[in-house]
Amino acid sequence: MAIETQTPAIEVKALDKRFGPIHAVRDISFSVHHGEVLGFLGPNGAGKSTTMKMITGFLEPTGGTALVNGHDVTTDPISVKTAIGYLPEGAPVYAEMTVGGFLNFIAEIRGLDGREKQRRVDKIIKQIHLDSVVNQTVDTLSKGFKRRVGMAQALLHDPDVLIMDEPTDGLDPNQKHEVRSLIKAMADEKKAIVISTHILEEVDAVCSRAIIITAGRILFDGTPDELRSQSDKNNYDDAFRKLTTRFYASQGESGQS
Amino acid sequence: MNKNYKNIRAILKRELYGYFSTPVAYVFIVVFLFLTGIFSFYLGAFYERGQADLEPFFRFHPWLYLFLIPAIAMRLWSEERKTGTIELLMTLPISITEAVIGKFLAAWCFTAVALFLTFPMWLTVNYLGEPDNAVILAGYSGSLLMAGGYLAVGSCISALSKSQVVAFVISVVICFLFILSGFPLVLDFFQGWAPQALIEVISSLSFLTHFDSIKKGVIDLRDVIYYLVFICFWLYANVVVIDSRKAA
Repeated sequence: MAIETQTPAIEVKALDKRFGPIHAVRDISFSVHHGEVLGFLGPNGAGKSTTMKMITGFLEPTGGTALVNGHDVTTDPISVKTAIGYLPEGAPVYAEMTVGGFLNFIAEIRGLDGREKQRRVDKIIKQIHLDSVVNQTVDTLSKGFKRRVGMAQALLHDPDVLIMDEPTDGLDPNQKHEVRSLIKAMADEKKAIVISTHILEEVDAVCSRAIIITAGRILFDGTPDELRSQSDKNNYDDAFRKLTTRFYASQGESGQS
Repeated sequence: MNKNYKNIRAILKRELYGYFSTPVAYVFIVVFLFLTGIFSFYLGAFYERGQADLEPFFRFHPWLYLFLIPAIAMRLWSEERKTGTIELLMTLPISITEAVIGKFLAAWCFTAVALFLTFPMWLTVNYLGEPDNAVILAGYSGSLLMAGGYLAVGSCISALSKSQVVAFVISVVICFLFILSGFPLVLDFFQGWAPQALIEVISSLSFLTHFDSIKKGVIDLRDVIYYLVFICFWLYANVVVIDSRKAA
Protein backbone atom coordinates (compact mmCIF):
# COMPACT_ATOMS: atom_id res chain seq x y z
CA MET A 1 0.00 0.00 0.00
CA ALA A 2 1.20 3.51 -0.78
CA ILE A 3 2.16 5.54 2.23
CA GLU A 4 1.28 9.20 2.18
CA THR A 5 2.73 10.91 5.19
CA GLN A 6 1.27 14.27 4.18
CA THR A 7 -2.46 13.55 4.03
CA PRO A 8 -3.88 11.84 7.08
CA ALA A 9 -5.53 8.45 6.51
CA ILE A 10 -8.59 9.52 8.44
CA GLU A 11 -9.64 13.09 8.93
CA VAL A 12 -12.70 13.68 11.05
CA LYS A 13 -14.09 17.17 10.69
CA ALA A 14 -16.63 18.55 13.15
CA LEU A 15 -18.60 15.32 13.14
CA ASP A 16 -21.99 15.65 14.78
CA LYS A 17 -24.84 13.23 15.26
CA ARG A 18 -28.30 13.54 16.77
CA PHE A 19 -30.79 10.71 17.20
CA GLY A 20 -33.97 12.67 17.76
CA PRO A 21 -33.52 14.37 21.13
CA ILE A 22 -30.27 12.52 21.89
CA HIS A 23 -27.12 14.33 20.95
CA ALA A 24 -24.79 11.36 20.57
CA VAL A 25 -21.72 12.93 19.02
CA ARG A 26 -20.91 16.61 19.43
CA ASP A 27 -18.60 18.34 17.04
CA ILE A 28 -15.72 15.87 17.11
CA SER A 29 -12.54 16.48 15.10
CA PHE A 30 -9.33 14.46 14.95
CA SER A 31 -7.09 12.82 12.40
CA VAL A 32 -5.20 9.55 12.18
CA HIS A 33 -2.03 9.01 10.17
CA HIS A 34 -0.65 5.85 8.61
CA GLY A 35 1.28 3.78 11.10
CA GLU A 36 -0.73 5.12 14.01
CA VAL A 37 -2.92 2.96 16.25
CA LEU A 38 -5.59 5.11 17.80
CA GLY A 39 -7.36 3.83 20.87
CA PHE A 40 -10.86 5.17 21.16
CA LEU A 41 -11.80 5.10 24.82
CA GLY A 42 -14.86 6.07 26.74
CA PRO A 43 -17.65 4.81 28.93
CA ASN A 44 -20.48 2.85 27.32
CA GLY A 45 -22.78 5.11 25.35
CA ALA A 46 -20.13 7.79 24.94
CA GLY A 47 -20.49 7.87 21.15
CA LYS A 48 -17.53 5.69 20.17
CA SER A 49 -19.52 3.31 17.99
CA THR A 50 -21.61 6.10 16.51
CA THR A 51 -18.47 7.94 15.45
CA MET A 52 -17.06 4.80 13.84
CA LYS A 53 -20.34 4.11 12.08
CA MET A 54 -20.24 7.59 10.58
CA ILE A 55 -16.63 7.26 9.41
CA THR A 56 -17.43 3.95 7.72
CA GLY A 57 -20.54 5.34 6.04
CA PHE A 58 -23.10 3.24 7.87
CA LEU A 59 -24.71 6.27 9.48
CA GLU A 60 -25.11 9.69 7.96
CA PRO A 61 -23.71 12.52 10.11
CA THR A 62 -26.08 15.28 11.18
CA GLY A 63 -23.22 17.70 10.67
CA GLY A 64 -19.57 17.65 9.61
CA THR A 65 -17.89 14.88 7.67
CA ALA A 66 -15.03 12.40 7.64
CA LEU A 67 -12.35 11.97 4.98
CA VAL A 68 -10.63 8.65 4.42
CA ASN A 69 -7.54 8.85 2.20
CA GLY A 70 -8.95 12.14 1.00
CA HIS A 71 -12.39 10.75 0.02
CA ASP A 72 -15.38 12.39 1.65
CA VAL A 73 -17.72 9.80 3.15
CA THR A 74 -20.81 11.95 2.62
CA THR A 75 -20.21 12.46 -1.10
CA ASP A 76 -18.14 9.44 -2.14
CA PRO A 77 -19.03 6.63 0.26
CA ILE A 78 -18.02 3.84 -2.12
CA SER A 79 -14.38 5.02 -2.30
CA VAL A 80 -14.29 5.28 1.48
CA LYS A 81 -15.76 1.82 1.92
CA THR A 82 -13.29 0.42 -0.59
CA ALA A 83 -10.36 1.81 1.39
CA ILE A 84 -11.55 0.73 4.82
CA GLY A 85 -11.57 -2.61 6.55
CA TYR A 86 -14.26 -2.47 9.21
CA LEU A 87 -15.11 -4.79 12.05
CA PRO A 88 -18.51 -3.71 13.41
CA GLU A 89 -19.33 -4.16 17.08
CA GLY A 90 -20.03 -7.80 17.90
CA ALA A 91 -18.51 -8.85 14.56
CA PRO A 92 -21.75 -9.69 12.72
CA VAL A 93 -21.30 -12.46 10.15
CA TYR A 94 -23.90 -14.35 8.09
CA ALA A 95 -24.63 -17.26 10.40
CA GLU A 96 -25.84 -19.75 7.81
CA MET A 97 -22.72 -19.50 5.64
CA THR A 98 -19.56 -21.54 5.92
CA VAL A 99 -16.40 -19.63 6.78
CA GLY A 100 -14.97 -20.28 3.32
CA GLY A 101 -18.22 -19.32 1.58
CA PHE A 102 -18.47 -16.13 3.58
CA LEU A 103 -14.90 -15.04 2.84
CA ASN A 104 -15.42 -15.78 -0.84
CA PHE A 105 -18.52 -13.61 -0.82
CA ILE A 106 -16.60 -10.73 0.79
CA ALA A 107 -13.79 -11.19 -1.76
CA GLU A 108 -16.26 -10.95 -4.64
CA ILE A 109 -17.82 -7.79 -3.25
CA ARG A 110 -14.31 -6.42 -2.84
CA GLY A 111 -13.86 -6.86 -6.58
CA LEU A 112 -11.52 -9.86 -6.48
CA ASP A 113 -11.97 -12.84 -8.74
CA GLY A 114 -10.28 -15.87 -10.20
CA ARG A 115 -6.89 -16.85 -8.85
CA GLU A 116 -6.30 -13.56 -7.08
CA LYS A 117 -9.47 -14.13 -5.07
CA GLN A 118 -8.39 -17.64 -4.15
CA ARG A 119 -4.93 -16.43 -3.18
CA ARG A 120 -6.24 -13.71 -0.86
CA VAL A 121 -8.81 -15.95 0.77
CA ASP A 122 -6.21 -18.66 1.37
CA LYS A 123 -3.76 -16.12 2.72
CA ILE A 124 -6.19 -14.62 5.20
CA ILE A 125 -7.32 -18.06 6.36
CA LYS A 126 -3.69 -18.86 7.18
CA GLN A 127 -2.98 -15.49 8.73
CA ILE A 128 -5.99 -15.55 11.08
CA HIS A 129 -5.69 -19.32 11.72
CA LEU A 130 -9.08 -20.33 10.39
CA ASP A 131 -7.85 -23.49 8.60
CA SER A 132 -9.61 -25.84 10.98
CA VAL A 133 -13.06 -24.31 10.51
CA VAL A 134 -13.16 -23.36 6.81
CA ASN A 135 -16.00 -25.73 6.04
CA GLN A 136 -17.98 -25.13 9.21
CA THR A 137 -21.00 -22.86 9.20
CA VAL A 138 -20.52 -19.70 11.22
CA ASP A 139 -23.29 -20.41 13.73
CA THR A 140 -21.49 -23.54 14.91
CA LEU A 141 -18.37 -21.55 15.82
CA SER A 142 -17.26 -20.35 19.24
CA LYS A 143 -17.25 -16.66 19.99
CA GLY A 144 -13.51 -16.41 19.51
CA PHE A 145 -13.67 -18.00 16.08
CA LYS A 146 -16.60 -15.82 15.06
CA ARG A 147 -14.60 -12.75 16.00
CA ARG A 148 -11.71 -14.03 13.95
CA VAL A 149 -13.97 -14.54 10.95
CA GLY A 150 -15.07 -10.93 11.39
CA MET A 151 -11.45 -9.82 11.45
CA ALA A 152 -10.62 -11.93 8.41
CA GLN A 153 -13.45 -10.21 6.59
CA ALA A 154 -12.07 -6.78 7.52
CA LEU A 155 -8.50 -7.64 6.51
CA LEU A 156 -9.21 -9.64 3.38
CA HIS A 157 -8.54 -6.86 0.87
CA ASP A 158 -5.45 -5.67 2.75
CA PRO A 159 -6.91 -2.24 3.55
CA ASP A 160 -4.60 0.54 4.66
CA VAL A 161 -7.25 1.93 6.98
CA LEU A 162 -8.65 -0.38 9.60
CA ILE A 163 -11.49 0.41 11.97
CA MET A 164 -12.44 -2.07 14.66
CA ASP A 165 -15.21 -1.62 17.17
CA GLU A 166 -14.31 -3.46 20.37
CA PRO A 167 -12.23 -6.16 18.71
CA THR A 168 -11.37 -7.92 21.97
CA ASP A 169 -14.70 -7.58 23.76
CA GLY A 170 -15.88 -10.89 25.20
CA LEU A 171 -12.76 -12.87 24.32
CA ASP A 172 -10.71 -14.92 26.74
CA PRO A 173 -7.21 -13.71 27.72
CA ASN A 174 -5.44 -15.87 25.14
CA GLN A 175 -7.68 -14.70 22.37
CA LYS A 176 -7.24 -11.11 23.46
CA HIS A 177 -3.52 -11.52 23.32
CA GLU A 178 -3.78 -12.97 19.84
CA VAL A 179 -5.93 -10.12 18.56
CA ARG A 180 -3.54 -7.59 20.05
CA SER A 181 -0.50 -9.11 18.42
CA LEU A 182 -2.38 -9.10 15.15
CA ILE A 183 -3.10 -5.40 15.53
CA LYS A 184 0.51 -4.66 16.39
CA ALA A 185 1.70 -6.56 13.34
CA MET A 186 -0.59 -4.48 11.17
CA ALA A 187 0.60 -1.22 12.65
CA ASP A 188 4.10 -2.22 11.57
CA GLU A 189 2.76 -2.44 8.02
CA LYS A 190 1.98 1.27 8.21
CA LYS A 191 -1.76 0.90 8.30
CA ALA A 192 -3.87 3.48 10.04
CA ILE A 193 -5.81 1.71 12.75
CA VAL A 194 -8.63 2.84 15.00
CA ILE A 195 -9.87 0.54 17.73
CA SER A 196 -12.49 1.28 20.32
CA THR A 197 -12.33 -0.32 23.70
CA HIS A 198 -13.17 0.22 27.29
CA ILE A 199 -10.31 -1.94 28.46
CA LEU A 200 -7.59 0.47 29.43
CA GLU A 201 -4.66 -1.96 29.39
CA GLU A 202 -5.31 -2.29 25.71
CA VAL A 203 -4.07 1.25 25.27
CA ASP A 204 -0.75 0.30 26.72
CA ALA A 205 -0.60 -2.94 24.79
CA VAL A 206 -1.30 -1.70 21.27
CA CYS A 207 -2.05 2.00 20.92
CA SER A 208 0.29 4.79 19.94
CA ARG A 209 -2.35 7.37 20.70
CA ALA A 210 -5.49 7.58 22.81
CA ILE A 211 -8.66 9.63 22.59
CA ILE A 212 -11.12 9.66 25.44
CA ILE A 213 -14.64 10.51 24.49
CA THR A 214 -17.48 11.07 26.93
CA ALA A 215 -21.04 12.15 26.21
CA GLY A 216 -20.10 12.76 22.59
CA ARG A 217 -17.14 15.06 23.33
CA ILE A 218 -13.38 14.55 23.20
CA LEU A 219 -11.92 14.91 26.70
CA PHE A 220 -8.38 13.85 25.98
CA ASP A 221 -6.21 13.35 22.92
CA GLY A 222 -2.59 12.32 23.35
CA THR A 223 -0.09 9.50 23.74
CA PRO A 224 -0.60 6.75 26.32
CA ASP A 225 2.20 8.24 28.41
CA GLU A 226 0.50 11.61 28.47
CA LEU A 227 -2.72 9.94 29.50
CA ARG A 228 -1.03 8.14 32.36
CA SER A 229 0.62 11.29 33.58
CA GLN A 230 -2.83 12.81 34.11
CA SER A 231 -3.10 10.73 37.25
CA ASP A 232 -1.05 11.07 40.41
CA LYS A 233 -0.71 7.31 40.65
CA ASN A 234 0.52 7.12 37.08
CA ASN A 235 -1.98 4.53 35.92
CA TYR A 236 -4.66 4.49 33.20
CA ASP A 237 -7.65 3.58 35.33
CA ASP A 238 -7.03 6.44 37.62
CA ALA A 239 -6.46 8.91 34.78
CA PHE A 240 -9.59 7.74 33.03
CA ARG A 241 -11.71 8.05 36.15
CA LYS A 242 -10.28 11.42 36.92
CA LEU A 243 -10.97 12.81 33.46
CA THR A 244 -14.47 11.43 33.15
CA THR A 245 -15.65 12.26 36.66
CA ARG A 246 -14.28 15.75 36.36
CA PHE A 247 -16.29 16.10 33.19
CA TYR A 248 -19.49 14.74 34.69
CA ALA A 249 -19.07 16.89 37.76
CA SER A 250 -18.83 19.97 35.58
CA GLN A 251 -21.98 18.82 33.76
CA GLY A 252 -23.83 18.12 36.99
CA GLU A 253 -24.62 14.57 35.86
CA SER A 254 -23.99 11.25 37.53
CA GLY A 255 -20.76 9.51 36.60
CA GLN A 256 -22.20 6.13 35.76
CA SER A 257 -24.93 6.33 33.17
CA MET B 1 -21.45 -1.01 -15.31
CA ASN B 2 -19.49 -4.21 -15.07
CA LYS B 3 -18.81 -3.48 -11.42
CA ASN B 4 -22.53 -3.04 -10.71
CA TYR B 5 -23.26 -6.32 -12.38
CA LYS B 6 -20.57 -8.12 -10.36
CA ASN B 7 -21.83 -6.71 -7.09
CA ILE B 8 -25.42 -7.65 -7.87
CA ARG B 9 -24.28 -11.12 -8.82
CA ALA B 10 -22.33 -11.54 -5.58
CA ILE B 11 -25.35 -10.49 -3.50
CA LEU B 12 -27.65 -12.70 -5.53
CA LYS B 13 -25.41 -15.72 -5.04
CA ARG B 14 -25.17 -15.13 -1.32
CA GLU B 15 -28.91 -14.77 -0.90
CA LEU B 16 -29.69 -17.88 -2.91
CA TYR B 17 -27.15 -19.70 -0.80
CA GLY B 18 -28.98 -18.32 2.24
CA TYR B 19 -32.28 -19.80 1.04
CA PHE B 20 -30.94 -23.23 0.25
CA SER B 21 -28.69 -23.64 3.28
CA THR B 22 -31.66 -23.40 5.63
CA PRO B 23 -34.82 -25.52 5.68
CA VAL B 24 -36.85 -22.48 4.53
CA ALA B 25 -36.36 -23.28 0.86
CA TYR B 26 -37.35 -26.90 1.08
CA VAL B 27 -40.33 -26.28 3.32
CA PHE B 28 -41.51 -23.56 0.98
CA ILE B 29 -41.14 -25.65 -2.16
CA VAL B 30 -42.92 -28.64 -0.67
CA VAL B 31 -45.79 -26.53 0.64
CA PHE B 32 -46.06 -24.68 -2.64
CA LEU B 33 -46.19 -27.85 -4.72
CA PHE B 34 -48.63 -29.50 -2.35
CA LEU B 35 -50.99 -26.54 -2.30
CA THR B 36 -50.91 -25.93 -6.05
CA GLY B 37 -51.81 -29.59 -6.47
CA ILE B 38 -54.70 -29.49 -4.02
CA PHE B 39 -56.07 -26.25 -5.37
CA SER B 40 -56.03 -27.26 -9.01
CA PHE B 41 -57.37 -30.78 -8.53
CA TYR B 42 -60.02 -30.20 -5.89
CA LEU B 43 -61.05 -26.57 -5.94
CA GLY B 44 -60.18 -26.08 -9.58
CA ALA B 45 -61.85 -29.30 -10.71
CA PHE B 46 -58.97 -30.05 -13.03
CA TYR B 47 -60.35 -33.43 -14.15
CA GLU B 48 -64.04 -32.71 -14.00
CA ARG B 49 -63.80 -29.76 -16.37
CA GLY B 50 -62.62 -32.09 -19.08
CA GLN B 51 -60.50 -29.38 -20.69
CA ALA B 52 -56.85 -29.74 -21.53
CA ASP B 53 -55.47 -26.56 -20.06
CA LEU B 54 -53.92 -25.30 -16.84
CA GLU B 55 -56.48 -22.61 -16.04
CA PRO B 56 -57.49 -24.29 -12.74
CA PHE B 57 -53.82 -24.37 -11.83
CA PHE B 58 -53.09 -20.71 -12.52
CA ARG B 59 -56.42 -19.45 -11.16
CA PHE B 60 -55.30 -19.88 -7.56
CA HIS B 61 -51.82 -18.47 -7.90
CA PRO B 62 -52.73 -14.94 -6.78
CA TRP B 63 -54.14 -16.41 -3.56
CA LEU B 64 -51.31 -18.82 -2.91
CA TYR B 65 -48.79 -16.07 -3.48
CA LEU B 66 -50.63 -13.84 -1.07
CA PHE B 67 -49.29 -15.93 1.81
CA LEU B 68 -46.33 -17.74 0.39
CA ILE B 69 -44.45 -14.88 -1.25
CA PRO B 70 -44.37 -12.57 1.80
CA ALA B 71 -42.98 -15.59 3.65
CA ILE B 72 -40.06 -15.67 1.22
CA ALA B 73 -39.55 -11.93 1.20
CA MET B 74 -39.82 -11.28 4.93
CA ARG B 75 -36.29 -12.38 5.70
CA LEU B 76 -34.58 -10.30 3.02
CA TRP B 77 -33.92 -7.23 5.17
CA SER B 78 -35.49 -7.96 8.56
CA GLU B 79 -32.99 -10.68 9.26
CA GLU B 80 -30.07 -8.42 8.38
CA ARG B 81 -31.38 -5.82 10.79
CA LYS B 82 -32.00 -8.31 13.54
CA THR B 83 -28.61 -10.00 13.38
CA GLY B 84 -26.70 -6.78 12.71
CA THR B 85 -25.24 -8.04 9.43
CA ILE B 86 -26.79 -5.00 7.76
CA GLU B 87 -23.92 -2.99 9.21
CA LEU B 88 -21.50 -5.34 7.50
CA LEU B 89 -23.40 -5.24 4.21
CA MET B 90 -23.81 -1.48 4.17
CA THR B 91 -20.14 -0.82 4.90
CA LEU B 92 -18.99 -2.97 2.01
CA PRO B 93 -18.27 -1.06 -1.21
CA ILE B 94 -21.66 -1.59 -2.83
CA SER B 95 -24.55 0.79 -3.41
CA ILE B 96 -27.92 0.32 -1.76
CA THR B 97 -29.50 -0.11 -5.17
CA GLU B 98 -27.17 -3.01 -5.99
CA ALA B 99 -27.99 -4.69 -2.70
CA VAL B 100 -31.74 -4.23 -3.19
CA ILE B 101 -31.67 -5.56 -6.75
CA GLY B 102 -29.42 -8.48 -5.82
CA LYS B 103 -31.66 -9.56 -2.98
CA PHE B 104 -34.82 -9.15 -5.02
CA LEU B 105 -33.44 -11.17 -7.92
CA ALA B 106 -32.37 -13.94 -5.57
CA ALA B 107 -35.87 -14.22 -4.16
CA TRP B 108 -37.29 -14.09 -7.67
CA CYS B 109 -34.97 -16.85 -8.90
CA PHE B 110 -36.01 -18.92 -5.96
CA THR B 111 -39.68 -18.43 -6.84
CA ALA B 112 -38.88 -19.37 -10.43
CA VAL B 113 -37.36 -22.63 -9.22
CA ALA B 114 -40.47 -23.40 -7.17
CA LEU B 115 -42.67 -22.58 -10.14
CA PHE B 116 -40.54 -24.69 -12.45
CA LEU B 117 -40.98 -27.68 -10.16
CA THR B 118 -44.70 -27.67 -10.93
CA PHE B 119 -43.80 -29.12 -14.34
CA PRO B 120 -45.54 -32.42 -13.55
CA MET B 121 -48.78 -30.45 -13.95
CA TRP B 122 -47.72 -29.57 -17.44
CA LEU B 123 -46.72 -33.17 -18.18
CA THR B 124 -50.05 -34.41 -16.86
CA VAL B 125 -52.13 -32.10 -19.00
CA ASN B 126 -50.06 -33.01 -22.07
CA TYR B 127 -50.52 -36.67 -21.31
CA LEU B 128 -54.27 -36.31 -20.90
CA GLY B 129 -54.97 -34.16 -23.91
CA GLU B 130 -53.59 -31.69 -26.36
CA PRO B 131 -53.35 -28.34 -24.64
CA ASP B 132 -52.16 -25.13 -26.24
CA ASN B 133 -48.67 -25.01 -24.81
CA ALA B 134 -48.20 -21.38 -25.83
CA VAL B 135 -51.07 -20.48 -23.51
CA ILE B 136 -49.46 -22.46 -20.72
CA LEU B 137 -46.14 -20.73 -21.28
CA ALA B 138 -47.92 -17.38 -21.12
CA GLY B 139 -49.54 -18.48 -17.87
CA TYR B 140 -46.18 -19.34 -16.35
CA SER B 141 -44.65 -16.03 -17.44
CA GLY B 142 -47.59 -14.10 -16.05
CA SER B 143 -47.43 -16.00 -12.80
CA LEU B 144 -43.72 -15.29 -12.46
CA LEU B 145 -44.25 -11.60 -13.18
CA MET B 146 -47.00 -11.46 -10.59
CA ALA B 147 -44.76 -13.20 -8.06
CA GLY B 148 -42.18 -10.49 -8.76
CA GLY B 149 -44.78 -7.87 -7.83
CA TYR B 150 -45.54 -9.56 -4.52
CA LEU B 151 -41.84 -9.98 -3.81
CA ALA B 152 -41.05 -6.32 -4.43
CA VAL B 153 -43.74 -5.34 -1.91
CA GLY B 154 -42.42 -7.89 0.59
CA SER B 155 -38.82 -6.80 0.19
CA CYS B 156 -39.67 -3.15 0.75
CA ILE B 157 -41.77 -3.89 3.82
CA SER B 158 -39.14 -6.17 5.31
CA ALA B 159 -36.72 -3.23 5.23
CA LEU B 160 -39.05 -1.38 7.59
CA SER B 161 -38.95 -3.81 10.48
CA LYS B 162 -36.55 -5.90 12.49
CA SER B 163 -39.30 -8.42 13.03
CA GLN B 164 -39.97 -10.91 10.27
CA VAL B 165 -43.45 -11.54 11.62
CA VAL B 166 -44.39 -7.88 11.39
CA ALA B 167 -42.93 -7.71 7.89
CA PHE B 168 -44.93 -10.78 6.89
CA VAL B 169 -48.26 -9.52 8.21
CA ILE B 170 -47.95 -6.05 6.72
CA SER B 171 -46.85 -7.44 3.36
CA VAL B 172 -49.84 -9.78 3.27
CA VAL B 173 -52.20 -6.91 4.01
CA ILE B 174 -50.72 -4.69 1.30
CA CYS B 175 -50.72 -7.48 -1.27
CA PHE B 176 -54.29 -8.28 -0.31
CA LEU B 177 -55.30 -4.70 -1.05
CA PHE B 178 -53.70 -4.98 -4.47
CA ILE B 179 -55.71 -8.12 -5.15
CA LEU B 180 -58.94 -6.69 -3.80
CA SER B 181 -58.77 -3.47 -5.75
CA GLY B 182 -60.16 -5.29 -8.77
CA PHE B 183 -63.12 -6.72 -6.87
CA PRO B 184 -66.69 -5.36 -6.86
CA LEU B 185 -66.45 -5.25 -3.06
CA VAL B 186 -63.94 -2.42 -3.26
CA LEU B 187 -65.13 -0.87 -6.49
CA ASP B 188 -68.73 -0.65 -5.27
CA PHE B 189 -67.50 1.39 -2.38
CA PHE B 190 -66.24 4.04 -4.77
CA GLN B 191 -69.09 3.64 -7.26
CA GLY B 192 -71.57 6.47 -7.25
CA TRP B 193 -69.46 9.21 -5.79
CA ALA B 194 -65.96 8.82 -7.22
CA PRO B 195 -65.33 9.82 -10.84
CA GLN B 196 -65.30 6.92 -13.28
CA ALA B 197 -61.67 7.60 -14.13
CA LEU B 198 -60.60 7.04 -10.52
CA ILE B 199 -62.51 3.79 -10.32
CA GLU B 200 -60.78 2.60 -13.45
CA VAL B 201 -57.42 3.53 -11.99
CA ILE B 202 -58.16 1.63 -8.81
CA SER B 203 -59.34 -1.42 -10.67
CA SER B 204 -56.34 -1.24 -12.99
CA LEU B 205 -54.02 -1.46 -9.98
CA SER B 206 -55.23 -4.96 -9.19
CA PHE B 207 -52.97 -7.96 -9.62
CA LEU B 208 -55.97 -9.97 -10.75
CA THR B 209 -57.01 -7.71 -13.62
CA HIS B 210 -53.57 -7.98 -15.13
CA PHE B 211 -53.10 -11.65 -14.46
CA ASP B 212 -56.48 -12.67 -15.92
CA SER B 213 -55.67 -12.00 -19.53
CA ILE B 214 -52.13 -13.34 -19.32
CA LYS B 215 -53.27 -16.63 -17.86
CA LYS B 216 -55.70 -16.97 -20.78
CA GLY B 217 -52.71 -16.72 -23.09
CA VAL B 218 -53.08 -13.08 -24.09
CA ILE B 219 -49.82 -11.32 -23.36
CA ASP B 220 -50.77 -7.69 -23.52
CA LEU B 221 -47.78 -5.39 -23.37
CA ARG B 222 -49.72 -3.18 -20.93
CA ASP B 223 -49.99 -6.01 -18.41
CA VAL B 224 -46.30 -6.76 -18.64
CA ILE B 225 -45.47 -3.08 -18.23
CA TYR B 226 -47.83 -2.89 -15.26
CA TYR B 227 -45.93 -5.58 -13.40
CA LEU B 228 -42.51 -4.21 -14.32
CA VAL B 229 -43.43 -0.68 -13.25
CA PHE B 230 -44.97 -2.06 -10.08
CA ILE B 231 -41.76 -3.96 -9.26
CA CYS B 232 -39.56 -0.94 -9.99
CA PHE B 233 -41.74 1.31 -7.86
CA TRP B 234 -41.54 -0.93 -4.80
CA LEU B 235 -37.83 -1.57 -5.21
CA TYR B 236 -37.26 2.15 -5.45
CA ALA B 237 -39.27 2.56 -2.24
CA ASN B 238 -37.09 -0.18 -0.76
CA VAL B 239 -33.93 1.81 -1.56
CA VAL B 240 -35.47 4.95 -0.06
CA VAL B 241 -36.41 3.13 3.14
CA ILE B 242 -32.90 1.77 3.63
CA ASP B 243 -31.29 5.06 2.77
CA SER B 244 -33.48 6.91 5.25
CA ARG B 245 -32.36 4.55 8.01
CA LYS B 246 -28.83 5.86 7.57
CA ALA B 247 -29.87 9.28 8.71
CA ALA B 248 -31.98 8.00 11.60
